[in-house]
Amino acid sequence: MAAIIPSAQPFEEEDTAVYSKVTFWTRLRRHKLAVAGIVVLGLITLCAILANVLAPFDPNAIDNVHWQGNPLPPCFQDAVLCGGHPLGTDAVGRDLLSRLLFGARISLQVGIFTVLFEVIIGVIVGAFAGYYGGWVDWVMMRITDVFLSIPLLPLLLVLTAIVAASSNKASLSFWVIVLIIGALSWPTVARLVRASFLVLREREFAEAARAVGNGDLRIIFRHLLPNAVAPIVVQATLDVANVIVLESTLSYLGFGIQPPTASWGNMLSDAQANLQIAWWAAVFPGLCILFTVLSINYIGDGLRDALDPNMK
Amino acid sequence: MFTYVVRRTLAAIPLLLLISIILFVILNNAPGGPLAPYLQNPHITPADIERLKHNLGLDKPIWFRYVVWLGTILHGDFGYSTTNSEPVLDAILGRLPATLELMGISFIVSLGIGLSAGIFSAVRQYSFWDYFITSLAFFGQSMPVFWFALMLQLLFSVHGIPLPGGYEIVLPSAGISTTDSFDLGDRIEHLIMPVMVLSLLNLALYSRFMRSSLLEVTKTDYMRTAAAKGLSSAAILFKHGLKNALIPVVTIVAISLPGVLGGAIVTETIFAWPGAGRMFFNALQNSDIALMMGYLLILAVAVVFANLLADVLYAWLDPRVKYD
Repeated sequence: MAAIIPSAQPFEEEDTAVYSKVTFWTRLRRHKLAVAGIVVLGLITLCAILANVLAPFDPNAIDNVHWQGNPLPPCFQDAVLCGGHPLGTDAVGRDLLSRLLFGARISLQVGIFTVLFEVIIGVIVGAFAGYYGGWVDWVMMRITDVFLSIPLLPLLLVLTAIVAASSNKASLSFWVIVLIIGALSWPTVARLVRASFLVLREREFAEAARAVGNGDLRIIFRHLLPNAVAPIVVQATLDVANVIVLESTLSYLGFGIQPPTASWGNMLSDAQANLQIAWWAAVFPGLCILFTVLSINYIGDGLRDALDPNMK
Repeated sequence: MFTYVVRRTLAAIPLLLLISIILFVILNNAPGGPLAPYLQNPHITPADIERLKHNLGLDKPIWFRYVVWLGTILHGDFGYSTTNSEPVLDAILGRLPATLELMGISFIVSLGIGLSAGIFSAVRQYSFWDYFITSLAFFGQSMPVFWFALMLQLLFSVHGIPLPGGYEIVLPSAGISTTDSFDLGDRIEHLIMPVMVLSLLNLALYSRFMRSSLLEVTKTDYMRTAAAKGLSSAAILFKHGLKNALIPVVTIVAISLPGVLGGAIVTETIFAWPGAGRMFFNALQNSDIALMMGYLLILAVAVVFANLLADVLYAWLDPRVKYD
């Protein structure tokens, strides 16, 4: 996917004044779908934070009173049979709404932490490669080439399968998933940062910073990096969406977040077997993923327009 | 041009070697290593394991084993698949036709619909249909592939779409055919849903790229010149616009091709399609490491050559690109 990434157009220096902040917000507000995305994502985030308050039931508790072997339907479909579960239950009688709310926590946290991890590695690798050039650049870019040449999903599946088997327990912890996805997805960020740094290091202000005797690290992180933030922010936003889809795919296939912990992906893997009798268990978790990912993608699109209109 | 192609091909070799080293390291750090299937067997004693290790050369240093392994790979020996009880290469090649059938048809569908939708959307920029197509493309790119597959199964296999006159559209949810004897209608029925799922992502990608590329070209001076000469809008679009707008699209298409092989894992697993992707998924569940690595290695080779193809096509199509 390397060539799909738009070439980085670093900020003009005069853009970093107050002026740019004003245009940033007005431009972002003009992107109606991005605003809608912010609202929807805000609501989903709120649901995730307040999951323990909002959830009507314990997400892992089986309703022994009403559940008799078949998933209970949502209340709007059958007010009597539903047994007080607004969106019904899954196949083993756990409240679907509560699981969705707690699943939001997992999805958002995986997205945010993975991307943080990915951006830290990507920025360090890209910044050093772009700033120093020469053999440092050569070595680091060959490594990114390797990572970009192995398709992400199959490699992720192999690694999670291997880690799951070697840790000798059925469940992969949340952090293992974050580390594995993060460790494999930094090359796109690294390339982006490198492209910005190749341009930025030649600019006068970099020259000036060097002339007054700043060290390399200070120049990289205090003078150059702030000017390369725009493309990183856009890429990171879009990557949160990608990571959420990846995690849900892994969990759906049984190699991600393991039950009983609810994640939107693993809720769907139970749902497929009961597609004939419980449409709700298959529809709602997917809608949650779709709307979360859609809003993040629209926000990313809006940010791209707002931060730098040339960046398309 | 020829030297450019040769040079780029030669440059791909060290990259492939590096990929093979990384895959080899992963393979060797897998639990139990290549002997994992034997560790569970109660009839095999630790002494037997030691003897096997010695006989298979697993007690040699890792660089030595890598060189030997690379030698066997280059002779086309990818090891033995424990789940399929046949050599890895035979197992993959045996399932590849079903995968290629699915991929090929999906490719034609996503290319045909994606490019036309993108062109239409760019020509009618800011119209209702432009908004409709671009929003749909956004939906397509945000949709988790496996959930789209589940929803199709729910609609077409579980419930069926009622048609006027008492008919109903019901599609088979699994497999490549119902009977062993060849029946074209039956085969097509089995193809519809997997093809929809597999083409979804690329369809969205192609239409978005086609649209933005054509809009980019529309702003150029030569398009204005063509209009000023009094050419018909169709001639401007097809002879001047599309020819140039397609150049970046071609490279995107080439790069996106191996991604379909990754997407095929999910699609084939959900629809029980007897292809290489589903076999890979079975290998994952049964710790069939040789098969997993063989599949990954073949995927990586496909990606490297797709990127190479994209670069070469770009240089060939666009005379502004210098390739020296």
